[in-house]
Amino acid sequence: MSATINEVLMEARGVGKRFGGVQALKDVSLTIRRNEIYGLIGPNGAGKTTFFNVLTGLYQRDDGDVLFEGNVLNLTSPHEVARVGIARTFQNIRLFGNMTAMENVMVGRHVRTHQNVIGAIFRTKAERAEEAAIRRRAEELLHYVGVADRAQDLAKNLSYGDQRRLEIARALATDPKLLALDEPAAGMNATETAGLRTLIEGVRADGLTVLLIEHDVKLVMGLCDRVAVLDYGQKIAEDVPAVVRANPKVIEAYIGTSTH
Amino acid sequence: MDIFIQQLINGLTTGSVYAVVALGYTMVYGVIQLINFAHGEVVMIGAMVAFSVIVSLAGSGLPPLAIVACGIIAAIPSCMIIGYFLERVAYRPLRHAPRLAPLITAIGMSIILQHLALLVWGRNPIAFPQIIDNPSFAIGGASITGVQIAIILLCFAMMAALTWFVFRTKFGIAIRATAEDVRVAGLMGINANAVIAATFVIGAALGAIAGVMFGTYYGIVHYTMGFILGLKAFCAAVLGGIGNIAGAMVGGILLGLVEAMATGYIGEITDLCRWPGGGTSFLVERCADGGNFVLFGSNYQDVFAFLVLILVLVFRPSGLLGERVAERA
Amino acid sequence: MANFITSLDKKNKLGLALIAVALIVLPFVLASAGTAWVRILNFAILYVFLALGLNIVVGFAGLLDLGYIAFYAVGAYVYALLASPHFGLHLPFWVIIPIGAAVACVAGMVLGAPTLKLRGDYLAIVTLGFGEIVRVFMNNLSNPINVTNGPKGITLIDSFKIGSFDLGKSDVFGGLIFSGPIKYYYLLLIVLLAVIVINKRLQDSRIGRAWVAIREDEVAAKAAGINTRNIKLLAFAMGASFGGIAGGMFAAIQGFVSPESFVLTESTMILAMVVLGGMGNIWGVIAGALLLSFVPELLRYTVQPVQEALFGHAIIEPEVLRMLIFGIALVLTMRFMPAGLWPEARHRREMEAKREGKK
Repeated sequence: MSATINEVLMEARGVGKRFGGVQALKDVSLTIRRNEIYGLIGPNGAGKTTFFNVLTGLYQRDDGDVLFEGNVLNLTSPHEVARVGIARTFQNIRLFGNMTAMENVMVGRHVRTHQNVIGAIFRTKAERAEEAAIRRRAEELLHYVGVADRAQDLAKNLSYGDQRRLEIARALATDPKLLALDEPAAGMNATETAGLRTLIEGVRADGLTVLLIEHDVKLVMGLCDRVAVLDYGQKIAEDVPAVVRANPKVIEAYIGTSTH
Repeated sequence: MDIFIQQLINGLTTGSVYAVVALGYTMVYGVIQLINFAHGEVVMIGAMVAFSVIVSLAGSGLPPLAIVACGIIAAIPSCMIIGYFLERVAYRPLRHAPRLAPLITAIGMSIILQHLALLVWGRNPIAFPQIIDNPSFAIGGASITGVQIAIILLCFAMMAALTWFVFRTKFGIAIRATAEDVRVAGLMGINANAVIAATFVIGAALGAIAGVMFGTYYGIVHYTMGFILGLKAFCAAVLGGIGNIAGAMVGGILLGLVEAMATGYIGEITDLCRWPGGGTSFLVERCADGGNFVLFGSNYQDVFAFLVLILVLVFRPSGLLGERVAERA
Repeated sequence: MANFITSLDKKNKLGLALIAVALIVLPFVLASAGTAWVRILNFAILYVFLALGLNIVVGFAGLLDLGYIAFYAVGAYVYALLASPHFGLHLPFWVIIPIGAAVACVAGMVLGAPTLKLRGDYLAIVTLGFGEIVRVFMNNLSNPINVTNGPKGITLIDSFKIGSFDLGKSDVFGGLIFSGPIKYYYLLLIVLLAVIVINKRLQDSRIGRAWVAIREDEVAAKAAGINTRNIKLLAFAMGASFGGIAGGMFAAIQGFVSPESFVLTESTMILAMVVLGGMGNIWGVIAGALLLSFVPELLRYTVQPVQEALFGHAIIEPEVLRMLIFGIALVLTMRFMPAGLWPEARHRREMEAKREGKK
């Protein structure tokens, strides 16, 4: 492991979010370090996805700050979040169904490319070069996640597991520093989950930081460097998996909900 | 001041009609988030049916109010059937289609209804026969006609009845529950299809009465009247906050007033001869002897509703009483 | 374009050559049946042009624009005002057409900016209202200063001229009579070719992909880093400019504009062309536009005589029938084949892939 492992990439300070009278998040503070795989778990309705949406600009937070690479993020739109280097996937996969797998990934390059209408109409040299680069990068990424053989198929026709992988490829196409995955293993069988695990480890090995929201506690405990637990919108634990697993509060939160 | 009171009365009259038509848009939108573009045409058909009945009964010797009542009674079921048909045949099959599909279908239905009306009633407008003497009462320097009083009273009565229905009856609660969440309402044992169909039918019934009143107020009905009336009523619904029943009422009346005031005063306001410095060389001749140089006259009446719509969308897209309307995540 | 041609095999090249020859000879064939047919063909090409413009907005980006004809009107009036005796201005067309496009584009942005961040339905209703407003202004801006000449419209509009070469007048080249409409036909053909190439290139570009992504899933498009508001505005402005250019050409070819030409039904007709042909598919839209532009003529020559033979007079006017057909086409297309008669190429690609898979 490199020396940068302890450098903080993203930090949430006292983040709060209300929906009407419901306090969905309360005073959530956590730090994600560069190049780690960080897990965020919690029972249903604990506020995981809300936190995720606040982080990725889909919701505006009501309290607190989010710092990314030391700067306070004050972004009002998800596309700006993508620009600073946070890419996400969705719990219920959101692909561009009537575009090919290849095109889906190419869309991810949008934020890192610049050609405008004029370039497109006149097919300028710069435009052709950029377009070729986009295509090359998209091909690489399709290989990387393992759906290269389906490149020309419509996204909606891919198998569930392939769709998950394609969504990751699209997120990676934005050149993120932080890859945020919202329940990527949801609905996957054991083989698919194992493949996903390899993929996430590969992403980290290539120098990215991964934020993983998961229901599958086994996957999180086996994969993550550190884990935070949310319950009723509050953080109840944050540490390495072995410590979190032994935390009585965490056990209570999980057992407490499972008996309902 | 006379103009002011007069326009206040006129605005209240058209405004209450807009409000009732706007209820049709807003109820449907509240439940299934669809702009029923064809609603204006339903209103038009109600007016056409009623006027056909009224014209054919004009020489029958029945009392005038009974004739008008017959017209309305014929219009209501006709519109309810069309409203039901629209929902059942055009929109229901598309409930899970991409958003663009029902919108385009709505446009298609609007064209079909308008041209069917053209086939049935022809290109010529139908005039309200001279069966009622319309008494006029003086208020200040202005006047209010019996028809205006009737329209305003009837519209307010309908709004009150609908409010009671939606907030006090079991079926009204079902409508509001469906508006909150179609799926959950279904799980609670509410027949969502029936509720959705009902909003179309109720909106159409209200629209039918509004159409008759609108036609009576202006004295004629025409197969194209639904377009602009529908557009304005939609503006009213957005002004009040679309999906919100009270909002449609407030928005409709407010829009009627804004339109009446703007129409009443725009000629004066944009008359360059009345502006300070109106004596510039090319104006001197025009302005001499009480002449005028009106940039925009009352013939721009139909523009105001639309301007209101744009302003609302820029500054308060959720409308006066509405919740936020930006695309939900 | 060059790549495109070299990439074709011999058989396709022959086919392409045949189509080219047919398109070149076509106006003369039609002219032998009457110059009116050449005019009809020219207006059909203008409709194709408009449908392709609207396709950028509705087909690519998935934004429902119901007042598209207003931008056409803006382009037409800009041309009419700057090239007619009305103001005594006679600017050359290559100056006016870009002005018209720019004015239409600005109108589109002014209209789109407040609405595009909201739900798509608002855009539909705002554009619908805009179409109506433009008509109110065309009808009433004759007082106190006569700008539009009101419902009477503007006449004696200049035709396209390059030096002494006037596209509005007949010329004889090599023994062949090139009437005004025939000359305009060739101009339109060239412009149409350019428009098709532009559309195709936009579709295959970074911007085109962003449009389709927004149409498919706006939230995901945002998360993938697309500034959806700007990209939507761009689609809207591009569509509006296309409408403005087409409007200018319409004014020149027709020599006369009035508010009558820009009614709501025209907007709906163009929408029907795009929807019926296949939203997003350039070739489908072209086919849809040609099909629906010839429907009125078809009805005139079929339904009218049939009705007269049966009932002695026409019960349903062709105009009404035409609108009914458009309305029904919109409803049925959305219900039974939402991708249109000629669905977008990727759908077809998908079908082919499936078929090959079965073999």
